[in-house]
Amino acid sequence: MHLPQTEAELAELIRDAQSPLSICGGGTRGVASPGAPLGTSGLSGITLYEPGAMTVVAGAGTPVAEIETALAAENQRLAFEPMDHRRLLGTTGEPTIGGVMSANVSGPRRISVGAARDFLLGVRYVDGMGSIVKNGGRVMKNVTGYDLVKLMAGAHGTLGVLSEVSLKVLPCPETAATLVLHGLTDAQAIAALAKALGSPFEVSAAAHDPAAGETLLRVEGFEQSVSYRISQLQNLLGGETTVERDSAARWAGWRDVTAFAEAGEDIWRISCKPSDAPALVAKSGAAGARYDWAGGLVWLRTVEGHDVRAALGRYDGHATLVRGTGQQRFQPEAAGVARITAGLRARFDPRGLLNKGLMG
Amino acid sequence: MEMPVPNPAVLARKARVVERLSAVLPASAVIHDERETRAYECDALTAYRCPPMVAVLPSTTEQVSAVLRICHEEGVPVVPRGSGTSLAGGALPTADCVILGVARMNDVIETDYDNRFIRVQTGRTNLSVTGAVEADGFFYAPDPSSQLACAIAGNIAMNSGGAHCLKYGVTTNNLMGVKMVMMDGEIVDVGGAYLDAGGLDLLGVICGSEGQLGVVTEATLRILHKPEGARPVLMGFDDNEVAGACVSDIIKAGVLPVAIEFMDRPCIEATEAFAHAGYPMCEALLIVEVEGSDAEIDHQLELIMEIARRHNPVELRQSKSAEESAAIWLGRKSAFGAMGQINDYMCLDGTIPVSSLPHVLKRIGELSKEYGLKVGNVFHAGDGNMHPLILFDANKPGDLELCEAMGADILRLCVEVGGCLTGEHGVGIEKRDLMHVQYAHADLEAQMAVKDVFDPQWLLNPAKVFPLDASDARRQLPVAAE
Repeated sequence: MHLPQTEAELAELIRDAQSPLSICGGGTRGVASPGAPLGTSGLSGITLYEPGAMTVVAGAGTPVAEIETALAAENQRLAFEPMDHRRLLGTTGEPTIGGVMSANVSGPRRISVGAARDFLLGVRYVDGMGSIVKNGGRVMKNVTGYDLVKLMAGAHGTLGVLSEVSLKVLPCPETAATLVLHGLTDAQAIAALAKALGSPFEVSAAAHDPAAGETLLRVEGFEQSVSYRISQLQNLLGGETTVERDSAARWAGWRDVTAFAEAGEDIWRISCKPSDAPALVAKSGAAGARYDWAGGLVWLRTVEGHDVRAALGRYDGHATLVRGTGQQRFQPEAAGVARITAGLRARFDPRGLLNKGLMG
Repeated sequence: MEMPVPNPAVLARKARVVERLSAVLPASAVIHDERETRAYECDALTAYRCPPMVAVLPSTTEQVSAVLRICHEEGVPVVPRGSGTSLAGGALPTADCVILGVARMNDVIETDYDNRFIRVQTGRTNLSVTGAVEADGFFYAPDPSSQLACAIAGNIAMNSGGAHCLKYGVTTNNLMGVKMVMMDGEIVDVGGAYLDAGGLDLLGVICGSEGQLGVVTEATLRILHKPEGARPVLMGFDDNEVAGACVSDIIKAGVLPVAIEFMDRPCIEATEAFAHAGYPMCEALLIVEVEGSDAEIDHQLELIMEIARRHNPVELRQSKSAEESAAIWLGRKSAFGAMGQINDYMCLDGTIPVSSLPHVLKRIGELSKEYGLKVGNVFHAGDGNMHPLILFDANKPGDLELCEAMGADILRLCVEVGGCLTGEHGVGIEKRDLMHVQYAHADLEAQMAVKDVFDPQWLLNPAKVFPLDASDARRQLPVAAE
C-alpha cells in the first residue's frame, strides 16, 4: 500500500502514477476500487483547535476517535453524528475524518443541524493530475469563489484525495431525552414525526422502528428546556408514550444501523421525501425497514441481489446499495446531471486514476 | 474597476439578437431602447455602471431556456440578475451583454409543511418566501439585511447569509434543490425535496457560483417552524478585546445564540446621533439574541449575563418584552443608515477567525489613521463576518480610489489572519482582482475548471469572480469563435 507521509509526497505519488489508485482512509466502508491501495494514515493529526471559534483543522487521515476525544475535553462534538460502518459491514480498521467527509456520512442529527458537508469549512486535496488545491478555509462564513468544499464532500475520493479538512464543531448540550411513542403503524409514525418537526420544540432526531413498534423523538439542550419540550411534545402528539433520559446507546445503534448488522442480506439506503417513505417501503420488496430523519432516510434489508431501484420505480430521491454486490452502488443519474458529473471527473481526474468507477 | 472591452462583433449583431429574442418573448419582456436599458446599468454597487445591450424579463423556465439558447448560438454574454441588490457588482452588465432578469418569475409552486419545504420561482423576494408560510407558523431562515428586496435567485448565486446564520446556517445549508437552465438552453433538475445528493454534490457548487454556471429558475427551500419567542441582551465593554473574549466564552459555554452582533465606538456614536437608541458610549457593544419559550429565554440570557459579568461590562441590559427588544435592535438596524448620514461609505465583508477579532480591529484603526478615512465596524461576531464601513466622499476626486485601496488592505489583513475576502456578499467585480491574495494559481484553475464544464464558452457572467488576467484566455473563446 502507498502511504504518503506528507501532502507533497501524496502529490508526487499521484503525479507519477501510471495506473489507478484505490483510496483508503480507515477502510471501514468496505469499498475497494481497482488499482494499488493508497492510504492516508500518514496525513494524520489535529493541527489547530480553537474551541472559542468552534473550529478544528486536521489531516485527512486523522482517526475520528482522536478528534472526538479532543473535542470532548472541551465539551464539544462533531454535531452531524457520523456513522461508524464497522458493525453493519463487518469491517475492521479505524474511521478517518477524511473518509467521513469524502462519503458525506451523517447520523440521526442530520435533520436538525445538517449533514457532514454542512460542517466542512475548508479542504486541501490533491487532484488527479497531482496538483495541490485548497478551497474554503477555517471560518464559518465564506463565499470567496466557488464552493469546491461541498463538491469534495460526498465525491468519495473520485475528484481528488483529501489531505486536510477544517471543520465546524458545536458545544455538547447539557442533557438529552428521548420520547418514545408506542404502537404506531408506519404511516401514523411518519405523520407524528412530521407534526413534531413542524412544531417549535426543536427535535434533534426522529426515527421509527416498525419491528419494535417504537417511534422516537430526541430533544437536546439545557435540562429545564429539555423537560419543557418533552412535555410539550407529549401534549402535541398524545397516545401512549414513555420518556428515556439515558438514550445515548440507543441513538448510537440508530446511527450505526446495528439492527441490520447480521450478514447474509443486502443493505440499502433510500433518501426520499419523508411522507413518501411508508409507501416506498411497502413496494420495495424489503425484508425489513428502519426510518430515520423523520422518514427522509430509510434503511432496507433485502435478499441478496434484489433490485430495489426497479421495485421503487420513479420517486423524488435516490437509493444507494451500502452492503451487497449484485447491483450498482450509486443511483444512476438523469442524463443532464450525468453529463455534468462526467465533465467534472474528466477535468479533476482526466486519467481516471482515483477510485475509478466507484460512483458509476 | 477594469471591465473587458465589449466584443464589437456582438454589438454589430444587436438588431438580429433583439429580433430573435422578440420571437420567443412578449414585446414587454425585451428591452433594447438605450433610454430603457439604463435601468439595468448597475446593482447596489453603484460606483460602477454600464448599460447592457439588451435586457430580457422572461416569465417561465422555458422562456429562459429559449433566451439562453439564442444567446449561446449568437455568442452573446449573459448576465443573470435577481433584484439587483448585489453589493459586489454581481449583476453589473457589460455593453455587449444580455441582462436576464428573473423578477417576473415570483410564484410559489408548492408548499409542503409535512415535509417542511417550499418550492418557488427564484425571482421571489427572500422576505416574501417567509411571507408565504408565516401565517402557518413557518419561516425561511436565511435573512440577508436586504431581504425585503433581494431575490432568491441572487441569494443562491451569492450563497447569502444573514444575522441568524449562527444557528440556522446560510443559503447553502437551507437549499434542497434547483431547476437550472444551462447556457446552451438545457434544463436540469439538481436535488429536490429530499436530503443529500445521490452522486456528486452539484447543488453545493451551484450555490454561490455567482450566476456563472447556469440560471436557476426554481428552488426547493427548507422551511422551519418559528420559535416560540426571541429576546436579546445588550452589553457594553470598555475594550474590544474584552468584548471579543466574552463572545468566545459564550460560545464555549454551550449556549448557542441565534445572533451575536458587534458594534465599535465609531459606529455606536454615529448610530446614537442618528437613531437615539439609548446605547451606552463605550468601545464595544454586543447584542446577543436567544430563542425559545419565555422560561427558556430567561434561563439562557441569565447564563449569558453571568459570563458577561465576569468581563466587567459597563452596561448589561436584558430585554423583558417585545418593546425592549425592539429598542435594543433599533440602533443595530439603523447602523448602515446612520453611517450613510455622515458620508458615502463602502461596506466590506471579510471574515476572520473569531480569535483574531481584537488584533484585526486594532489594525483597522491604524489603517484608518494612515489613510485618513473613518471606519465604523458593525458585524456578526459569532461567525467572524466583519462589516467595516469605510467613509469617503464620492464627490472628492481620488477619495473612492483611496477608499478602495484601504478596503483592499483590510481584506488582505482578513486573509493574513486565516480568514477570507467575503463572508456573504460575494466576489463579483469588487473583490475579483484580490482573489490572488487568497488563492494560488492551482486553486483558481480548479474553480475555473468547474465553469469550463458548465459553460464551456464562458458566456455566463464571464468577467466576474476570477481575476481578469486569470480568466483572460477563457473569456476570449467567444471572440475567437467569430
